[in-house]
Amino acid sequence: MSAVAQNSWQGVKAVSPLLPGIFPFGVIAGASAVELGLPTMQALGLSLFVFAGASQLVLVEMWDRQAPALILLATVLVVNLRFTMYSAALAPHFRGMSSRWKSVLAYLLTDQAYLLSIGRYEDKVQGTKWFYMGVALTLWIVWQAGTATGVFLGNTLPDSWSLDFAVPLSFLALLIPSLNSRGALIAAVTAGTLVLLTRLMPFNLGLIAATLAGVAAGMLTERRS
Amino acid sequence: MPQGLTLWLVILVAGVGTFVLRLSFIVLLEKIKEPEAMRRSLKYVPPAVMAALVASSILVNDNQLFVSLDNHRLTAALIAGLVGWRTKSLLWTILTGLIALFALTSL
Repeated sequence: MSAVAQNSWQGVKAVSPLLPGIFPFGVIAGASAVELGLPTMQALGLSLFVFAGASQLVLVEMWDRQAPALILLATVLVVNLRFTMYSAALAPHFRGMSSRWKSVLAYLLTDQAYLLSIGRYEDKVQGTKWFYMGVALTLWIVWQAGTATGVFLGNTLPDSWSLDFAVPLSFLALLIPSLNSRGALIAAVTAGTLVLLTRLMPFNLGLIAATLAGVAAGMLTERRS
Repeated sequence: MPQGLTLWLVILVAGVGTFVLRLSFIVLLEKIKEPEAMRRSLKYVPPAVMAALVASSILVNDNQLFVSLDNHRLTAALIAGLVGWRTKSLLWTILTGLIALFALTSL
């Protein structure tokens, strides 16, 4: 096997244990989009253009609540701000590549692609992009298949299953592994408390304010210890 | 503007914005090294934003705080959180929460 095929295959193998979780998450994201009133084409387009689970759910939820477009977009981008952190961490490994390759690699960037690749690249000056591609493209295919399934099955799922609850549950599922230090814990507690106190601020601005305060609290905790 | 078109516009801008965030440092750090303070602050974004989203969607109902045993979503989220913490699985966290809420509301 060529090095390219071998590294890609390693990526596919590394991501495969996550797929039984990604597919249903995609189904739920697709179904929520349709249940909360997105037309079929927009629900499919959302997965294709944004391709970021948590923020897709935020967009759908805020659209349903008729939040103003600018506030909705600001919130989506705040949720996706973490990608800049992944982008910075992966940048050394993607140095020297063409703009076209960088665009493809960036479009496919997800929490899981970042986590698995950084784990693999750890000791290397520059890791191979093919491992990343194996992980990231597999995730993309499974996510698109999952959301499409959800979009087409969405309306047929019974209300008593409360599938809309999958939205906060998916945030909870993403929150837990992010609590990996004292600073992260303080950041989460601060933001979680402040969002309740700022709940009367208009248009979800409380969410952004609480997040920024949480980040500041996390940094202060780190500086102290 | 018709609703469907507005929604397309929102999706496209969200997509382009997200792509720019993903591409940001892959392009910016081609030649230079990243400032330390920036990376330090960004690592607290995921816990902060996720905690804020979870708290506001589970503990607030119609702008009112809803902390009580009658809040089945809270109970189900606590059970799901415990399972998520033990299993580190996105799938099991979501499934447990959905099953717990279904069980609590059917009781």
